[in-house]
Amino acid sequence: MQGKMIARAKELLQNGTVNRVIGWKAGDFAYDITPAVFSSAEELDAGFVYNDFCGANFSKYLVKESRKEGKILVFLKPCDTYSFNQLTKEHRIIRDNIYVVGVPCDGKTDGETLKLKGITGITGIKTEGDSFVVDTLYGEKTIAKADALPERCLSCKSKKHVAYDELLGEDGEVCESNRFDMVEKLEAMSSEERFAFWRGELSRCIRCNACRNVCPACTCERCVFDNDNSGIAQKAAADSFEENMFHIIRAFHVAGRCTDCGECSRVCPQNIPLHLLNRKFIKDINEFYGEFQAGEDTETRAPLNIFDTEDVEPSIVYEKGGN
Amino acid sequence: MQRIGVFVCWCGSNIAATVDVEAVSEALKSEPGVVFSTNYQYMCSEAGQNMIKDAIKEHNLTGVVICSCSPRMHEATFRKTVQGAGINPYMVEIANIREQCSWIHKDKQTGTEKAIILGKAAIAKVHLNAPLTAGESPVVKRALVIGGGIAGIQTALDIAEAGFDVDIVETKPTIGGKMTQIDKTFPTLDCAACILTPKMVDCAQNEKIHIYSYSEVTAVKGFVGNFTVSIKKKARYVDTTKCTGCGVCTEKCPVKNVPNEFNLGMNNRRAIYIPFAQAVPKVATIDADYCNMLKNGKCGVCSKVCTAGAIDYKQQDEIIEEKYGAIVAATGFNPIKLDNFDEFAYSQSKDVITSLEFERLTNAAGPTSGQLLRPSDGKHPHTIVFVQCVGSRDTSGCGKPYCSKICCMYTAKHAMLTREKYPDTDVYVFYIDVRTPGKNFDEFYRRAVEDYNVHYIKGMVGKVAPRADGTLDVQASDLISNEQLHISADLVVLAAAIEPDKSARPLATMLTASMDTNDFFTEAHAKLRPVESPTAGVFLSGTCQGPKDIPETVSQASAAAAKVIGLLCKDKLTCNPCVAHSDEMLCNGCSSCEKVCPYGAITYSDKEFRMPDRTTAIRRVAAVNEAVCQGCGACTVACPSGAMDLKGFSNKQIMAEVDAICK
Repeated sequence: MQGKMIARAKELLQNGTVNRVIGWKAGDFAYDITPAVFSSAEELDAGFVYNDFCGANFSKYLVKESRKEGKILVFLKPCDTYSFNQLTKEHRIIRDNIYVVGVPCDGKTDGETLKLKGITGITGIKTEGDSFVVDTLYGEKTIAKADALPERCLSCKSKKHVAYDELLGEDGEVCESNRFDMVEKLEAMSSEERFAFWRGELSRCIRCNACRNVCPACTCERCVFDNDNSGIAQKAAADSFEENMFHIIRAFHVAGRCTDCGECSRVCPQNIPLHLLNRKFIKDINEFYGEFQAGEDTETRAPLNIFDTEDVEPSIVYEKGGN
Repeated sequence: MQRIGVFVCWCGSNIAATVDVEAVSEALKSEPGVVFSTNYQYMCSEAGQNMIKDAIKEHNLTGVVICSCSPRMHEATFRKTVQGAGINPYMVEIANIREQCSWIHKDKQTGTEKAIILGKAAIAKVHLNAPLTAGESPVVKRALVIGGGIAGIQTALDIAEAGFDVDIVETKPTIGGKMTQIDKTFPTLDCAACILTPKMVDCAQNEKIHIYSYSEVTAVKGFVGNFTVSIKKKARYVDTTKCTGCGVCTEKCPVKNVPNEFNLGMNNRRAIYIPFAQAVPKVATIDADYCNMLKNGKCGVCSKVCTAGAIDYKQQDEIIEEKYGAIVAATGFNPIKLDNFDEFAYSQSKDVITSLEFERLTNAAGPTSGQLLRPSDGKHPHTIVFVQCVGSRDTSGCGKPYCSKICCMYTAKHAMLTREKYPDTDVYVFYIDVRTPGKNFDEFYRRAVEDYNVHYIKGMVGKVAPRADGTLDVQASDLISNEQLHISADLVVLAAAIEPDKSARPLATMLTASMDTNDFFTEAHAKLRPVESPTAGVFLSGTCQGPKDIPETVSQASAAAAKVIGLLCKDKLTCNPCVAHSDEMLCNGCSSCEKVCPYGAITYSDKEFRMPDRTTAIRRVAAVNEAVCQGCGACTVACPSGAMDLKGFSNKQIMAEVDAICK
């Protein structure tokens, strides 16, 4: 796939369709794949990488990139295209300045997960059937995908690209996903248990802002957490609960716009399952207002941005939301 | 720093009885910025208002906090007061220490503590208040009346009489409503049709009135003075401009077995029909559920016999949009379904009927041409039992908790008319109470009892059991003589409770008008503003607001019309200056606010902005049309970045209030 992508990128640069390509390049370590912009065939040959570590979602990068001179080529995995649509819908990216090539994805792993499974000294990775074959300094290691994929890939919601100008490879289908299982478990807890669960998770937060910075729904010109006038910006937490509020406020801010891409949990250095907060909102929205997938298209009005006579009464929202 | 004056009102004993007003004014004195604090028996009185004005001058106040009743009561009063003393009316904040405090607390200490907290919140808000100036908006000089029963008709006629255009939207093929189905009207016993149909004709002939029959309101946008309403004209498959109402089609149509809703299904009509002889507009309508031509393309008889060429099988629903300055809800009522009251055997015996069905059985245009005959065998009934309060005053949950108000009187009417016309009939009325407050009402009821010998029995019917011989065994208790009764009746008439029409709730949602738990529209003030909805520009007429008889409905209809006329007479309305405002530097251009705005007040444009390092950037940003914005605040909560804010209710002001409360 990497070869095909480089070849196609070169063609599109060559024929003038685009003047830049946003893709992945190797970082300091093999698993440390970093987004990068390439503007020539030489740069592509030298650095462009596409492998099972390329988890990063490029949609958010386009907020800035699509405002630059000329058109940019972006490679989007199926779940990235949902964020892409959502940003198009919110006028945050300029669609006309972007050429989207959809690339298939069977789940992306990361160095952290592999290390936890005892695979270290990673130098490369490839897929063989249902397993990853990882090259390491200590020889080849094979690990089943089921053991190496993050939760967001194991409960993949869609292998179908919802936005693209062209596709490389076959398009997939929307998947049957069990992504709300954990939310249901949390809902089944007593409020004390649930509070304890979240305190346990969120108290690890070091407020690095990585989740906010990577989140494709967090593209405000000026984030409320950086705006002294908002009343919720702060440099140091006043008490031990304040970082919890950060995540709760953020979940509210992205409610109805979060596509469940899972980037927040991927980048969290403290391994907080932040995506569960967003999934609770998604599940509630589905139950109160009917199934809705943010970013599925660029037209449908989000349930929280619409009011109609079929809407559940607030009392019902309260009743059901209270469980 | 503001110089704030605090004025605590006793409201006689309304507040002072459960709130220590002296303690409140004393406690608030030490709040930051407060330079004057006092309390007085009636702040809204002239003396109270003068006290405020004097304090403003004497202490150079820049902001005023009034701890009193709800702002809905007297905010406008106090805004005027401070304006009279030279400060901006929007520098006043009301702390509601009556409805939200003294009235709900019994314990004086709790009430006082809470009043102080509410006062602190208002003071915190005033610190962030800024002077605001109101604009003006024009008034569309046209009214919409939703519902074409007697309420809607009277309202429309009165508005038209004052010289304003008015449209009636009626879901049925004809206007007239429930009153068309009624035979005689209490307490004078004049015929309903004789007094109603001239009004229907007046509506049709009045140049100022336009009737959208067989139509529904599907969407309402805008605000007082400037509503935009979508009206769906349902396909009736007849060109109303061509149809002459000759009725030939309704005689020739081969589909003869359609239950006739005008006679409550007690006889049949054709698939193409005119509801009744005096229908307005008098044009035919095809019932698409039954018409052979529409169902399977075979027939076309009506089209062949129509000399006017009015039949149009291809007609489609049509949605039109119209602008109005005022809207009147007049959606009326229906008798409740009797599924929950099977003890009365309504579903088991044809001879157990509702009072409205009884009206049809005694009406000359009804299924029996006015002969009172048993539906089961067409024989004259000799013993009739009327049961009142079927589903009314019912706290068991099966029916309605309220009194339907009209049943006592119409039952007396039915009983009296039966005895008058068929003196050989025994008539029993079972009642919980007989309620006859109304002009000439009690006299009317007494005539039924004293002159017509109707047997009024205090007690409830427990069970009606159909017997093999065709009679009905009515088992009841007589509470006064304390005995159980068995009456062998030929006919049982149930005074079913009335409930608001089902269309009222979705309509209320569209109008953002409030409703009570029984789906009756709520009035702006139960006593002082009974024909206005709390939503500006929306008025209430007839039973959609609560159970009423005809005279009361007509009075309310005219009252609603007077309110509408008062509004439409104005050329301009003063706008609310508490409108939304977009901070362009924070705006993401995401359109969330534009999508949630119910008034279409927000537009987006690309604007050039100076950015750091002497660069410029084109950004898509929102702007609010202040003349159109109604200050609902939907955009401020939809905005992800906090760029949208509401003047007079800014996020900061609200947070300051919350902080003051939580301190």
